[in-house]
Amino acid sequence: MNVTVCVKRVPDTETRVRIDGTGIETTGVKFIVSPYDEFAVEAALRTKEAAGDGAVSLLSLGDASTAEPLRAGLAMGADSALLLTADVGLDGLATAKALANELQGSDDALILFGVKAADDDQQQVGPMVATLLNRPCVTGVASFEVQGDRAVCHREVEGGVEVIEVDLPAVLTITKGEYEPRFASLKGIMAAKRKPLEEKEATSVPERLRVDRLSEPPARAAGRIVGEGPDAVPELLRLLREEANAL
Amino acid sequence: MSDVLAFAEQRAGQIGSAAREAVSTAARLAGQLGGSAHVITLGGPGLFESAGVLGEVGAALISVGEHEALLEYNPEGYAQVIADHVRAGDFAAVILPATTVGKDVAPRVAAMLDVPLASDVTSIDVDDGVLSITKPVYSGKAFAHLSVDTVPAMVTIRPNVFQVEQHAAGGAVSTFTPDIDPSAWRIRVIERKAAADGALDVSEATTIVSGGRGMKDPENWGLLESLRDALGPGVALGASRAVVDAGWRPHGEQVGQTGKTVAPKLYFAVGISGAIQHLAGMRTSQTIVAINRDADAPIFGVADYGIVGDLFEILPRLAEEVAALKAAD
Repeated sequence: MNVTVCVKRVPDTETRVRIDGTGIETTGVKFIVSPYDEFAVEAALRTKEAAGDGAVSLLSLGDASTAEPLRAGLAMGADSALLLTADVGLDGLATAKALANELQGSDDALILFGVKAADDDQQQVGPMVATLLNRPCVTGVASFEVQGDRAVCHREVEGGVEVIEVDLPAVLTITKGEYEPRFASLKGIMAAKRKPLEEKEATSVPERLRVDRLSEPPARAAGRIVGEGPDAVPELLRLLREEANAL
Repeated sequence: MSDVLAFAEQRAGQIGSAAREAVSTAARLAGQLGGSAHVITLGGPGLFESAGVLGEVGAALISVGEHEALLEYNPEGYAQVIADHVRAGDFAAVILPATTVGKDVAPRVAAMLDVPLASDVTSIDVDDGVLSITKPVYSGKAFAHLSVDTVPAMVTIRPNVFQVEQHAAGGAVSTFTPDIDPSAWRIRVIERKAAADGALDVSEATTIVSGGRGMKDPENWGLLESLRDALGPGVALGASRAVVDAGWRPHGEQVGQTGKTVAPKLYFAVGISGAIQHLAGMRTSQTIVAINRDADAPIFGVADYGIVGDLFEILPRLAEEVAALKAAD
């Protein structure tokens, strides 16, 4: 069973963000594979292992430095990687079109995404690619199992879990659930150096949703320590009720 | 082209607060643009009976699509019907709530309509006839100010952030039967399991009680549950990344950059020191209360009110006094 995983290079989630115009200052910032995309890579590897055959291909849209996180995915066990070089902005539909153009001819049974990217939080490229390719898509999948020509997915929703059956080929976006990503072994890291990592220019798609500027989050007024220990509780509740109007 | 469309999500035939926020926001923008607010809501037969309330929050025209197959959410049916409805109208903007359903359906509709989508926005306004949109990025470590070239502009709005304004006039309700073919759907919902004790999702709760490492043991979560129960309806439990990584709590409760970004009216951070990625996920909460043993914990830097001390002494007292306060109301 062949699986493609789309991954994005993002700043480490522990990064202290410094704004630089319409983007962030990247000097000294560590970049990683977006954590949700790592869950998707793990899910793809387990799917291939369960099927006993097939290949896991990675696909990413980004600048040349995206090759580094793709190597990390290869070290986890993916078989090949393709980097479509482009400037990636916030317009998820532009990203989705560039990916869909590449995936148009793919007959992989599954295309996986992380449920969202850790940088822009748009949570949209997976279902957009699916719509463009006219494939069904299930989002926020915590675990799934391939059963013949369909996949049975467990999905976290408000107030519970949904079990959804989807016909293959399909697009799934993966959340943490059962897919704790494996660590790359030394052997895996060495092997990754010899695995194919192709680079080519993405089809150019104009961005129609633009970032005019970034700003700091609204500052929170300095709070106060109401008191120490349980005796501070009555005063806290008085403040919550009378001052903050929150209770 | 000055009308604005909102999608009002129903659950079990009821219109929730996230839907009312979307409709009220549509009414505000339509007012600024000189148009009116249209609403589409989808569900099973009889939904029109509860749709009238949307007039009270600003809907001028309420289109209720009723079909047995739309009783429960299915992306294939919902996306097609919403996209058809947008195409049939002439809207400056389309607004959906950034709920689980809204976040699932909006990208599909956007791709069908070939318009970009701004997700989970926290403000949208009309400046000189042009829409200006703001959304948090890097889980709230920065805010992106956006402009969009297409018509309609499509957004999902973050729950609990937008005001609901009451309007005197009721809207006109019309019912239609969506033209759908469920037999062609490639996605089938086999089963829905409600979470234990009807738990509410953190991203929609109006109050969140979150626990961190300071809780010491998953067995101690009963203390947080007591506080949640004392606070009444609309309260969800949250968790820090550390306790989710440790397997103490499910990932669905995680607040922060690799979990959910939340904006409740009231956020309790109990035994959470305040790692940067957690702060990013909850700093837009209206009021933050921190309870921590360490007076130097970063959480106190964003909290409106803090209590320093042993949470195992403070929580029971807090739950007890909140319960007393609520009982006296």
